[in-house]
Amino acid sequence: MLRDITLGQYYPTDSYIHRLDPRTKITGTFIYMISVFLIRDIWGYIAAFLFLAFMIRVSHVPVKFMVRGLKGIFIILIFTALFNVFFTPGEVLYSLWKLDITREGIKVAVRMVIRLVFLIMGSSVMTLTTTPNNLTDGLERLFRPLKRFKLPVHEIAMMMSIALGFIPILVDELDKIMKAQSARGADLENGKLSTRIRTLIPILVPLFVSAFRHAGDLATAMEARCYHGGEGRTRMKPLRYGKQDYSAYTVIILYLVTVIAIAVML
Amino acid sequence: MSIIADHLTYIYNKGTVYEKKAVNDVSFSIKDGEYVALIGHTGSGKSTLIQLLNGLLKPQSGTVYVNGEDIFVKDYDLRALRGRIGIVFQYPEYQLFEEDVFTDVCFGPKNLGLDRQETELRAYEALKMVELPDEAFFQSPFDLSGGEKRRAAIAGVLAMKPDVLILDEPVAGLDPAGREWIFRLLSKLRKERQTTVILVSHSMDDIAEHAERIMVVDDGSIVMDGTPAEVFSYGKELMEMGLDIPRVSRLLYMLKENGVNVNTDIVTFKQAIEEVAGLFGKGR
Repeated sequence: MLRDITLGQYYPTDSYIHRLDPRTKITGTFIYMISVFLIRDIWGYIAAFLFLAFMIRVSHVPVKFMVRGLKGIFIILIFTALFNVFFTPGEVLYSLWKLDITREGIKVAVRMVIRLVFLIMGSSVMTLTTTPNNLTDGLERLFRPLKRFKLPVHEIAMMMSIALGFIPILVDELDKIMKAQSARGADLENGKLSTRIRTLIPILVPLFVSAFRHAGDLATAMEARCYHGGEGRTRMKPLRYGKQDYSAYTVIILYLVTVIAIAVML
Repeated sequence: MSIIADHLTYIYNKGTVYEKKAVNDVSFSIKDGEYVALIGHTGSGKSTLIQLLNGLLKPQSGTVYVNGEDIFVKDYDLRALRGRIGIVFQYPEYQLFEEDVFTDVCFGPKNLGLDRQETELRAYEALKMVELPDEAFFQSPFDLSGGEKRRAAIAGVLAMKPDVLILDEPVAGLDPAGREWIFRLLSKLRKERQTTVILVSHSMDDIAEHAERIMVVDDGSIVMDGTPAEVFSYGKELMEMGLDIPRVSRLLYMLKENGVNVNTDIVTFKQAIEEVAGLFGKGR
């Protein structure tokens, strides 16, 4: 049942992008997102498309998985497109009852959809090639300067990685509980909304109990290993930039310069 | 109630990179009233296999016949089936959810659509059967001790009066008294209700003592199927699969290696005592 769901999007394979430092990937994705909002004309879109295609190619992740990320925002895409088509003022091409389809509207709609697709696919490249834990490590390191403003960066990152680590455990647990209750004849699939809500109780109560139990056990285990927060804590695998990261940064900056140049010159 | 597994195959995460074949073309049949033990190392596919037997998982290919009926055809009443084939999962105490033990035990029979009187009667009977002290009946299940929780959870399955009871490592984490209690309960069920028992366990001693038939699962396939004496005569092969033979068998094999003429087909403690005592008694 539930075990068939893969949580977190990580696609395990080995590629140049998989081996990059998470910080490089986060920064790179961020730059790419900015660039998508900088582009204005067809050449900019082509540049962004080529860069994205190149990254997907290098990441060794099948395009199928990239496109899968788009499914979740499909409805948003359609809405954005429709809103822009109908509510952008301009030269009317076709009138549908009280709604006007304008030339400008179609233009804006196409652009918005392409931008959104680029954004989602761009961030998919990052999430598909980086394990969630690596991602939080990278974020922790990138946000470390904020410590000066009394932001508990390490603690937040620790909470994030614990939460991420717990997702598969709780999904597993949920799966077991659902099976156990259906083995006792609980009907989890059919029924009206009112009865369905009631059928959730036998599942949610044990799930919460076990979440608290796990949390308590983990706290004890951390305490027993003398965990006391981020102060003076060293890492087993400290993040270090390697050669590939410098070349990746070069590529990203070259790309950004190209996009800016296109935007300014044309 | 007879169960026939016909070329069952189950694959987790089919079509993804995490694809894993847990059950691979397995066929067997279990007769009414049998006491079968399922052994195999962790991850061999036992748990997946038992979930296929009452339709909690749907196989990618193959099917299960219960009393001659295919349970995976459309419109087959799987809920009714689950009342007749009860599964006690590993650590069943984590499934308790009601405000008191009695109501929790009522959950199963209520789901079968029985009226209130029958439901409560069955719950009471089941709680008596698992030997839970009366004063615990109306306590919150979360206030019970670990062993009592296990009893309450097993009662929750017994209250449905299943014809077949499948237990996935029911003794895990129990003290010796608790373990003895489980086997006493199973014997009682077999005697009073003629329940068919399918037991997943790692304790070869218990299995040798109680089961009539052993099926050995390795890497998603059934590699051995026979009486305890037959299966445990393959000590070396079992060890290679990360399994073990009962202490009784090991002792008899060691005696034989050292030149004592004993019958190594014996697996239960009682028979072994007679065999060894025989060496001292009239034999000499």
